[in-house]
Amino acid sequence: MSEERDVMEFDLLVVGAGPAGLSCAIHAKQLNPELNVCVLEKGATVGSHILAGAVIEPGPLEELLPNWKDNAPEVCVPVSRDEIRMMSAQGSFKFPIVPPQMNNHGNYIVSLSSLTQKMAEAAEELGVEIYPGFPARMPLYNEAGEVIGVRTGDMGVDKDGNPKDGYTPGMDLHAKLTVFAEGARGSCSKQLVAKYGLDAQADPQTYGIGIKELWQLPPGRTEPGLVMHTMGWPLDNKTYGGSFVYHLEDDKLAIGFVVGLDYEDPHLEPFEKFQEFKNHPHIKPLLEGGEIVSYGARAIVEGGWQSLPKMEMPGAALIGCGAGTLNVPKIKGVHQAIRSGMEIAKQFHEKASAEGFDARVREGAIGAELKRVRNIRPSFHWGLWVGLMISGLETLFAGLLPYTLRNRADHSALKKVSTHKPLTPGNRDLPPRDRLSAVYFAATEHDEDQPVHLRVEDTNICVTRCAEEYDNPCTRFCPAKVYEMVEVDGAKQLQINAANCVHCKTCDIKDPYQIINWVTPEGGAGPNYQLM
Amino acid sequence: MKVLVPIKRAVDYNVRVRVKNDGSGVELNGVKMSVNPFDEIANEEALRLKEKGVVTEVVVATIGVAKAEDQLRSELARGADRAIHVVADQDIQPLQAARILKKLVEDEGIDLVLMGKQAIDDDANQTGQMLATLLGWPQATFASKVEIEGQTARVDREIDAGIETLEVDLPAVITADLRLNEPRFIKLPDIMKAKRKPLDKRELGDFDIDVPTLEVTETRPPSGREPGRMVKDVDELIATLKDKGLV
Repeated sequence: MSEERDVMEFDLLVVGAGPAGLSCAIHAKQLNPELNVCVLEKGATVGSHILAGAVIEPGPLEELLPNWKDNAPEVCVPVSRDEIRMMSAQGSFKFPIVPPQMNNHGNYIVSLSSLTQKMAEAAEELGVEIYPGFPARMPLYNEAGEVIGVRTGDMGVDKDGNPKDGYTPGMDLHAKLTVFAEGARGSCSKQLVAKYGLDAQADPQTYGIGIKELWQLPPGRTEPGLVMHTMGWPLDNKTYGGSFVYHLEDDKLAIGFVVGLDYEDPHLEPFEKFQEFKNHPHIKPLLEGGEIVSYGARAIVEGGWQSLPKMEMPGAALIGCGAGTLNVPKIKGVHQAIRSGMEIAKQFHEKASAEGFDARVREGAIGAELKRVRNIRPSFHWGLWVGLMISGLETLFAGLLPYTLRNRADHSALKKVSTHKPLTPGNRDLPPRDRLSAVYFAATEHDEDQPVHLRVEDTNICVTRCAEEYDNPCTRFCPAKVYEMVEVDGAKQLQINAANCVHCKTCDIKDPYQIINWVTPEGGAGPNYQLM
Repeated sequence: MKVLVPIKRAVDYNVRVRVKNDGSGVELNGVKMSVNPFDEIANEEALRLKEKGVVTEVVVATIGVAKAEDQLRSELARGADRAIHVVADQDIQPLQAARILKKLVEDEGIDLVLMGKQAIDDDANQTGQMLATLLGWPQATFASKVEIEGQTARVDREIDAGIETLEVDLPAVITADLRLNEPRFIKLPDIMKAKRKPLDKRELGDFDIDVPTLEVTETRPPSGREPGRMVKDVDELIATLKDKGLV
C-alpha cells in the first residue's frame, strides 16, 4: 500500500513508554520546556505491556522526579527483609548472608505497570504528548541513511493483508532525534542493530524469560516488604534461573520465575518449571486457597557490559533494556533504564544529536555499574556451583580482575533433542492448569482478522529439520501457547495462535534457526496487565 | 440538528473483573477503564449522521470522576465537537443520570440523544428509557440501523422474531445496539486536536438528583465450578453416573 501518509514533526520522538522512554521525555522537557516531545506506546494504555518483579532502586527515580512518592504507584512497598534460598526438591537452604548486590535495603517493591502510568502523568503535566495504542512499525531513513523517525502501524488490515472497512494507514512521525526505548528485543531496535551493525564490537545479546503471577491470598499470610529469591530446583545445575517472591500489601503476592534463555535442554518448558516451583513444600502453603489476579511474561535482557551494542546511530539512540543496560546480579533494570533516559535527554539538550551518547553511557554511572559485574552472569555457563564461586570472587574484587567472560547467542545454546532425555513432569495442583488458562489472566487481546504478527520465514523447517532436531521447542518455550504443531490431513504443520501472544519476544530470541520474526500487531493489541 | 451523546467510563471489556475481598464492590484499583463500547457506537453513529449533513453538532457528555475526562477526550478525538463533564465522585444511578441528562438536553437545546443501550459495568439498561420518559420524548432502543429524514427517524431493532422497524418523531432518544456500526479507529493527529476542543465542567450541585436510590447490600463472585473428570469410555461414564445416582 503506497498511499500518501500524514507526517508529523517533533523535536524528540520516543518509542516506548517504559521507564527509559518516559524518563527521556520527562527530562528533555525539564531541560527545555519548549521542546516538542512525543512518546509512542504499542500497548492500549501506558503500562499495559510492561511487567517486572519489580524491586527498584529509587535513586535515579528520585533524581528525575523528587516527589514521585506523592503520586506513588498502586503497589509501592518498602523492602523490609531479604531472603535468598537454595532449593532442592523437598527442602531449601536459607543463605546466612545476602550478597551485597542483592541487598535491597532502601529499595521498593513496585508494580512497574503502575509506576509507568504515574510517570506518564508526570510527563503529560510537563507537556509531553503520549500516544498509547500506536506501535512504531518501522524506522524511517533519509537518503543519507540517517534515522528520521518511525512509521506507525496500519489499522484495519485483514488477515490476508487487505484493507477492511475503516482501514486507517499508519502515519510517519519525524523528529530531530528518535530514541528507541522498546524494552528487551525491540522490533525496531532489532532492525537498527542489523542495519548499522551496532553489535559489531559486542558479544551477542543474551536474555532470560521471566514469568510472573500476581496472587490475592487469604488474609494474614504475607509479610509486606519481604523479598525472597531462590536458586536451584526445579532447574538443573546447568540451567541459569530462579524465582522471586515479593510480599505486597493487602494480602497480595508477586511470584515469578526466570529461566536464562541460554538453556540447553530442548525439552525444557519454562512455564512448567515455574508451576513446579510454586508447588514446592516451602511455597505451596503460601499460595493454597488464594487466587490469581494477573499473569504475564517478558524476555529480560541479560548480556550486560560485553553485550551492550553501540547505543547511537545517525539520528537515533537505543536506551534502557532495548539496548541492554539491566544489571543482572542485582536483578534490576529500572534504575539503569531511568538513567539512560535522562542521559540521552541531556545529550540531546547539549549536542542536539546522538553523537557521543555511547561513550557517555559507557564512561558514566551506567557503564561503571555494568562493568563491575560483567563476569557474574556468564560464569554460570559452567553451571550453578562454578557460577556462584566466580561470582563470589568477582564481588570480592569488585570486577577489577583483568578478564572478561564472553557471551554466546541464546539460540545457539540449544542442544539436539537426541542428547537429552524427556523430562518427567513435576507434581503440581495449584492453578493455573495450563498455559491457556494462565493467558486468560494476561487479558491479552488481538483482533483475529489481522495479519499474523509472528512471521515464520519458512514453515517447512518446522515439520522437517526442527521436528527432528529439536522436537519444535517453540511449542514449549512460549509462555502463552502461541505455537502448536497440529495434524491436518495426516500431515503435521505449524499453527500460530497469534491472538494469545503476550509480546514477551522469547520466540524471536530462542528459535534455533532464527526464522521467527516478531513484528508489531495492530495498535493496542496485546496483554492488558494490571498491577504487574 | 444538535445531538447529545452521553458516555460512561467503565471497566474495560478485556479486564477480568474481581470482587473486592470485603465484598463491598468490584476492584477498580489499577484497573483499566475505557469508554463503554455501546457509547462508542452511539458516538460513531452521531458522527456518521454529521458527515451525511443531517446533524450539525455532536456534543459528548459524561457524569463521573475527574479521570473520566480521558474518555471524553477519546470521543472528541473520534470526532465529537465538544464535551460536557459533570464531575461526580459518587456512584450515580440510572434515574439520577437521566435527570442530569434531561437538564443538559434542555440547557443545550438538544434535538436528538444517541446513547449506548446499556453500560457494560452494571448492565442496567435503564438510563435511555428513563431519559425519554422524563423528557416526554419518543424512544427507540437497541437500534441496529438509524435513518433520519426530516423530523422522523426510522430505527431498526433486532428482536427475537427478526428486525422490527420503528418510526419515531424527533426529538427522540435512540439507544445503540452492538451491530449499529463499527466505530472508526482514532487517528493520532485527531488525539492532538481533541486536546484543544472545548470541554465544559459542570458541578453535580447544579442538578437535582435527590431521588430514592438502590442500596447495594453485597457483591460476591459466582460460586466456583466443580472440576470435571475425564472418563475412558462409555462404560465408565455410565458406571460413574449410576454411582452418583444420576441415571
